Amino acid sequence: MRNVIVVALVVALLPTACGSTDGGRAPAGSIEGVLLVSAAASLTDALGEIEAAFEAVYPDVDVVLNVAASSALREQIIEGAPADVFASANTSNMDKVVDAGEVAGDPTVFTMNLLQIAVPEGNPAGIAGLEDFSREEILIGLCAEAVPCGDFARVALSEAGVTPAIDTNEPDVRALLTKIELGELDAAITYVTDVASTDRVDGVDIPIEQNVVTAYPIAVLAGAPNPAAAEAFVAFVLADGAQAILSRYSFTEP
Amino acid sequence: MSRRRARGATRIGRPPALLVVLGVLGIGFFVLPFVGLLGRVPWSDLPALLSGPIVTDALRLSAIASAAATAISLIIGLPLAWLLARAEFPGRAVIRGIVTLPLVLPPVVGGAALLFALGRRGLIGEPLNEATGLILPFSTWGVIVATTFVAMPFLVITVEGALRNMDRRYEGAAATLGARRWTVIRRVTLPMIGPSLVAGLVLTWARAFGEFGATITFAGNLQGRTQTLPLAVFVALESDRDTAVAISLIMVVVALVVLIALRGRWGRAM
Repeated sequence: MRNVIVVALVVALLPTACGSTDGGRAPAGSIEGVLLVSAAASLTDALGEIEAAFEAVYPDVDVVLNVAASSALREQIIEGAPADVFASANTSNMDKVVDAGEVAGDPTVFTMNLLQIAVPEGNPAGIAGLEDFSREEILIGLCAEAVPCGDFARVALSEAGVTPAIDTNEPDVRALLTKIELGELDAAITYVTDVASTDRVDGVDIPIEQNVVTAYPIAVLAGAPNPAAAEAFVAFVLADGAQAILSRYSFTEP
Repeated sequence: MSRRRARGATRIGRPPALLVVLGVLGIGFFVLPFVGLLGRVPWSDLPALLSGPIVTDALRLSAIASAAATAISLIIGLPLAWLLARAEFPGRAVIRGIVTLPLVLPPVVGGAALLFALGRRGLIGEPLNEATGLILPFSTWGVIVATTFVAMPFLVITVEGALRNMDRRYEGAAATLGARRWTVIRRVTLPMIGPSLVAGLVLTWARAFGEFGATITFAGNLQGRTQTLPLAVFVALESDRDTAVAISLIMVVVALVVLIALRGRWGRAM
């Protein structure tokens, strides 16, 4: 079933990708080899699908996704770990990589996201909004402060005037979401896209005046071992086909 | 002892050059990362960094968790090792395999398995919660459970090996002379495997002290409740490099002191 979807998508994407002029696409012959993409954990599913679509257009390229918290990826890149493309879940981690001289050219915001409260299916603790995060008797999780989703969650909570009774600061948004899926936590703050990614999690909306709109920048890295494929990948992500995939995962266009 | 070793050395001759070169390469492999770490230590800020609440809380939790894991391993791991080495029962090979699984599996998998079993919605965790109100995940008890799960196999395999290799005629002699089973275990078996038992306990403690994956997966990460030193390093690496390096330095120093001191004392078994 999944394969069918991928194939259908690829077919749908082909004209867009091949016909796009904004990508500055090099001749197909020179785009090949392994392409290492370091991407924020919240992009896991959408980028996985974009990867398949990209590889269908560029069959000589093997995209390898390195998914982790943007802050962890930032440290890897600054410490010299080889990567071609960096897709961050916020601008501040990207800015630090730019400041370290690790980005070739300028980063581009390629998609946007919003926060949402994630609760186990059926919302057993009866979470209605951010004010419930001060309840001591329930188990509350956030992303760690250094991770973008943790930073944004704290901004939203302070906007709402709530001091959270936190029980765990998870290392990335996927680890946090897993604990909601398992019912081990009663409430967490994740992205809209994370809640949409699984049936076992329900979402409780955060009013727009308390919410944080987050921008995802993408850039080719200065030390990219495969710059040609990296340029092609970034152009591909910005083009309509990939944007359609992102919007199906509840991301919004910038 | 030392004279005999000296004589033996002259008889065998000097070690082959290739062996020395490869051995020195091995030394470099282990020493260089720590040299790199030392090069990043912010020495002048060190006292301030190490006396902060994040570090002192994590140090306290690590001390509690690693000591508790070692104690629990002694209490249930030693009898388990004895059963595996001495008792004949069906499925023993399978049990031995399962006991050593935590050595092979990524600790994160161990942590997830613990969640499925002992979590609030887990196989045993749910009835446990309903009966007693106890919730293991996100608690200090959860940290102790996770570290014990990952560390205890070191004790079990070390002690089991010692029990298998020891000369059982001494136990037989004691029994022939009228000693009861408990007396044999207490007065003959335990003293004979003593050095291996200590070695196993030290390895168990060391593994528990450095445990990360199972802890963060099963017990979460909260300063003062579940954030041990390895978790504090992980979080600090992304936000505050100097603190991360300072915590790493404490871990290196504490572990080295314990390992070298104990190895000097019970060196033969390790």
